Amino acid sequence: MTELVIFSLLNGLVTGLLLFMLSSGLTLIFSMMGVLNFAHASFYMLGAYFAYTISSYIGFWPGLIVAPLLVGLAGALVERYGLRHVHRHGHVAELIFTFGLAFLIEEIVQFFWGRATKDYSEPELLHFPLFTLYGQNFPAYKAFMILISIGIFIGLFTVLSRSRIGLIIQAAITHPHTVSNLGHNVPLVFMGVFGVGSALAGLAGVIAGPALGTFPGMAFVLGSIVFVVIVVGGLGSLPGAFVASLLIGWLQTFAIALDWSVNDLLDILGVSFDADHVLRDLWTLSLPQVAPILPYILLILILIFRPTGLMGKRET
Amino acid sequence: MSASETTTARVVAPDTEPAWKRVADDQMRRGAFTRTLPMWVGAFALLMVMPLLFPSAVGVTIMNQMGISIVFALSYNMLLGQGGMLSFGHAVYFGLGGFLSVHVMNYVEYDGWWLPLPLLPFLGGLFGLAFAIPIAGFSTRRAGTVFAMISLGVGELVAACSIIFVAFFGGEEGVSGDRTMGPPVFGSEFLSEVEVYYLTAVIVLISALFMYLFSRTPAGRMANAVRDNEERAEFVGYSQRYVRFVSFCAAGFFAGVAGGLFAINYEILTEENLNLVTSGWVLLMAFIGGVGFFIGPIVGAILLTLLQTVLSNHTELWQLYVGILFVLTVMYAPRGLTGLVMMHGPALRAGRLGMLAVPYAIAVVPLLALLAGTALLLEMGHTANQSVVGESEAHVFGLTLDVTTALPWVVAAVLAVGGGYGLYRIAQYLRDAFAQATGPAGGHQ
Amino acid sequence: MTAALQMQGVRKNFGPTEIIRGIDLEIRAGERHAIIGPNGAGKSTLFHLISGKYSKTAGRILLNGTEVTELQPYQINRMGLSRSFQITNIFPRLSVFENVRCGLLWSMDYRNSFWRLVDTERALNERAAQILDQIGLLDRCDLPAGVLAYAEQRALEIGITIAGGADVIMLDEPTAGMSHSETEGVVDLIRRVTEGRTLVMVEHDMGVVFNLADRISVLVYGEIIATGSPEEVRASKAVQEAYLGTVQESGEEVL
Repeated sequence: MTELVIFSLLNGLVTGLLLFMLSSGLTLIFSMMGVLNFAHASFYMLGAYFAYTISSYIGFWPGLIVAPLLVGLAGALVERYGLRHVHRHGHVAELIFTFGLAFLIEEIVQFFWGRATKDYSEPELLHFPLFTLYGQNFPAYKAFMILISIGIFIGLFTVLSRSRIGLIIQAAITHPHTVSNLGHNVPLVFMGVFGVGSALAGLAGVIAGPALGTFPGMAFVLGSIVFVVIVVGGLGSLPGAFVASLLIGWLQTFAIALDWSVNDLLDILGVSFDADHVLRDLWTLSLPQVAPILPYILLILILIFRPTGLMGKRET
Repeated sequence: MSASETTTARVVAPDTEPAWKRVADDQMRRGAFTRTLPMWVGAFALLMVMPLLFPSAVGVTIMNQMGISIVFALSYNMLLGQGGMLSFGHAVYFGLGGFLSVHVMNYVEYDGWWLPLPLLPFLGGLFGLAFAIPIAGFSTRRAGTVFAMISLGVGELVAACSIIFVAFFGGEEGVSGDRTMGPPVFGSEFLSEVEVYYLTAVIVLISALFMYLFSRTPAGRMANAVRDNEERAEFVGYSQRYVRFVSFCAAGFFAGVAGGLFAINYEILTEENLNLVTSGWVLLMAFIGGVGFFIGPIVGAILLTLLQTVLSNHTELWQLYVGILFVLTVMYAPRGLTGLVMMHGPALRAGRLGMLAVPYAIAVVPLLALLAGTALLLEMGHTANQSVVGESEAHVFGLTLDVTTALPWVVAAVLAVGGGYGLYRIAQYLRDAFAQATGPAGGHQ
Repeated sequence: MTAALQMQGVRKNFGPTEIIRGIDLEIRAGERHAIIGPNGAGKSTLFHLISGKYSKTAGRILLNGTEVTELQPYQINRMGLSRSFQITNIFPRLSVFENVRCGLLWSMDYRNSFWRLVDTERALNERAAQILDQIGLLDRCDLPAGVLAYAEQRALEIGITIAGGADVIMLDEPTAGMSHSETEGVVDLIRRVTEGRTLVMVEHDMGVVFNLADRISVLVYGEIIATGSPEEVRASKAVQEAYLGTVQESGEEVL
């Protein structure tokens, strides 16, 4: 049991931090521009594919730097030549645009890289078990993922709270028009934030690709969970996104690890059931089975009982 | 009825009427159903003769698919176009309506339920409605981004559930049934595709008619008002939440009808029918067709079904083309294809549509070059990227091109770049011509 | 006779800032009551509190003797209070005719019915046309409301507000941004359409205020410092010190 808890905690941390790398960028973009970028996870996918191609030529480590930069550039271009054009039609139009973009990016990825999962794997250097506990290995690559994520957050936090540009961004989040009046180039700041947010997502893709697989559906697999994270955390709240990322990371890993089922509960209660009953699926339901839907149930419960999200100020 | 009364009243006392009475009469006359009746009769006639024009099995199958898509897309537009609610989970009601319809088919077959097949889609609609009511209960509090997120969450939730609850959703292989087990209707047991076509056509027409009429009821008009300005609606006595609730439920009902039609046509439903892909597809149909017009989603459903069935036979890249079409629509034609046609209305009324003939004829040349060049490049690129070693021939427009030689690439690139540059050069000329044909002395912009 | 509107100790804080600091005010049924005060005094906030747009920090509000403090805007509207907005607030994509017709639907008991067609309801359409006639927009009825000229949109705003037949009408700066001649037209219009109803208005133009109002309340920094007939308010020392002195010249010009 201890073993299970420790490994679930660690694996949940990996997932949670990965989610936060995506949700932090998404939250920044949403707070500043009011746009919920449906294609955010598509940039994550692009990161993985770019890194795969780069790593096949010059190795994993250059890819770790170059791929996020390329994704950031792609994001900035999308903002400049796509989103800004749609902006005048309102937020719903922007959301539809980013949805179309997500659809298109998936098709483009299939065009260039095909439908099959790509053999993008962690570097040899990190291909060893970091430690072994109760006979189970914890791979060094997962520790590396944790380190990279934490490093990025410290960097992001420092920039936002200490630097001049960070202060402008913080001001633009709450008062976009005022900042514009002060003479700051808000469109440029928007483009920059969109680019940086995309680059963060790209970086997440670079490090997650080897662990979670690099395939055309990877954006949609993670994308909807990221939306759940930012709504649960509270739209526009970075601390909320952080808490919700970890919460959902652990929720999923523990649900998969703990093999409890309704059946067990019924046994404890001394109730038996008919194996052919229409509701048989309900009786045999186990926690790992429902793991994929737990985030969505959490989302709906949050929306009903606490519409602002865990730490949000805006009424959703 | 009331329209004819109106006209008689006008004939009797045209001079003594105050101006406001004339306006009210005018509004009622123009809104009267009798004015759109010829269109409905025409649509009915067209639907009846279509199988004679396209008698092939493939043709009938495609038309059935179109019919299902039309109802589904129209129901989606009750949310997006009329109510201002962007949903990423509308397939839930389509799929659940369909699944339950298949189960009912099985009850008819094995448990001896009595149900004529033409009633099944409406039963599917009731199922869609039954699921829409609780979900509308908590998701219609706000429109905009939040509504979109909730619809996505609910959509993912139901799609995930469909994998868990095998007894109801049938797991990966889905649930199948047999439509022919009910009592015969007018001597038909719906064995052939054409019989199913006529059943589908009638139900499509009835559904479209009721969705149109809904848009003209107080609930439908207030859906528009809430879409435009939810705050103002509250201050004229309407709860924005309840107005959305009503539209959402109606949309759920008609999505369920479409699901029931799907069940009848394909006799099988799988997880695919209620997941995000299907929800996204209906958004594409409605938006590309044009969400601001009643007929928009119909246009979109017909076009995208054609692309899905015909284009997919010719190229593996058809979804890429659909994606490009969608993004271009969002960016440059937010009112959809119907909007592109409708914006010529002023020119038509001013009798200046002819002024556009020459400019458009000129524009067609570079446009076709651009399209052909791009398609060639994409298809050859696809062959070069994906094909097994040794296979280097791309088949496009009935041509066979060797992608290892330079010539096809050069030709394609010249077409694409030349066409694009040509369009860019004549863009201003086109804008001027359009402004001249549309506005007074071109000063509209 | 009960007052049309009663406010008892109404307060509103935004965070630590007190915007409305305890208002006790009675608006008599059938009177035309103007609320004046310098910018930032809280006039629009007070309107939002009465009409249900904002929640109240403290205090009670009664409409025709019934408590409405905790009700939603649409509930308050159904009880007979209708308001306009300082910034034009119409249905921009609907036609002018439809704007007014939407303003009528609830009050004529159509609710959210989906079994009746708006185009076949004679009484509804005639009433809408009559209101358009009253506000002078009959010949504009087919245009989308969003393309009307500013003054026309303001008139439409009033039209939507009075359409429902509410007996308490609240107008938030109905003449803001209008020329002299346009203002005269609007004053005339207000006088006509509020005949026999209670009117509460926020207005900056002292000419309009003294011309229309039976009584005036002066709101300064979230408090009512005086209420009375135009003469009384004009004579009040406190008012002159706090507010009126600074604008009397422009006011007299219009008078």
